Amino acid sequence: MQLDNLSRRLIERYQHNLPLCAEPWQAMADELGCSEAELLDCLQRLDAAGVLSRVGPVFEHSRAGASTLVALAVPPERLEQVAELVNRYPEVNHNYLREHDYNLWFVLTGPDRQTLQRCLRDIEGATGLLPLDLPMRRAYRIDLGFSLEGTP
Amino acid sequence: MNQLDNSQQIELRRLLERGLPLTPRPYQHLAEQIGASEQAVLEQVRHWGEDGLFRRVGLVLHHRALGFRANAMLVMDIADERVDRIGEQLSRAPGINLCYQRPRRLPYWPFNLFCMVHGRERAAVQAHIAELLAQHDLSEVPHRLLFSTRAFKQRGGRFTATTEVAHG
Repeated sequence: MQLDNLSRRLIERYQHNLPLCAEPWQAMADELGCSEAELLDCLQRLDAAGVLSRVGPVFEHSRAGASTLVALAVPPERLEQVAELVNRYPEVNHNYLREHDYNLWFVLTGPDRQTLQRCLRDIEGATGLLPLDLPMRRAYRIDLGFSLEGTP
Repeated sequence: MNQLDNSQQIELRRLLERGLPLTPRPYQHLAEQIGASEQAVLEQVRHWGEDGLFRRVGLVLHHRALGFRANAMLVMDIADERVDRIGEQLSRAPGINLCYQRPRRLPYWPFNLFCMVHGRERAAVQAHIAELLAQHDLSEVPHRLLFSTRAFKQRGGRFTATTEVAHG
């Protein structure tokens, strides 16, 4: 998607520190020098173009519940079937194909570690593949959104 | 009533995980769904924010749709006594979006430091990472670059306990 000027400024300015007030879109519009209707229209266009996932909090995994990164080494001919099976679990998000023998990578999130362990056992049982369970030990840099500029 | 009860808090978290409604009074809209006042919802969200429940609050984007299609996970095997120092260094390097330590799973998986680099072109990302490794004296460290070639699913985490069934 080609971003217009307002979209670019909105993305650069508001991947964090969204104003917390009854009329946040109005407050953001004031800051960016447009109307609330223009700002909402811009968000809706980003949404329709598939650029916007949502507007709101990104939860701190360690506070909000449990999460882990999981990898499976899926034989290429079973990839579609296994990816679809994995996607069905509500605990699964961000399921990607990556270039490695361990080629299917996804994040599990849930209210607690037990839920994730049950899910890992289910996936192992259903696929016959041994999942790598790689929970975060330490975060040196967490997701703060990303810049449209200065990326390779 | 100014404070949310337990079930209202759970319901509010579940709604927040899906994002704010794009309506002029989003918190009013959420408040109506859980039978609370707008003020009580705002207070609760403010409290959670101060309490560290959120990493950030703002636009959450699908980077692939924005043209960031060359997305690499750089994984390295760094000696345990060095991993914190190297992790701190790389976390400040340009272009590194995430930097985490994770456990090795020997003999299957020897890598313990993970960095994400999002870019538009594969060659540029490769060159950028090679340069980063050289700058930090890490070129000789065992490492792999795992580009993502397809997204099967991309959405925020659902932490709040739920009884709903997956619909695929």
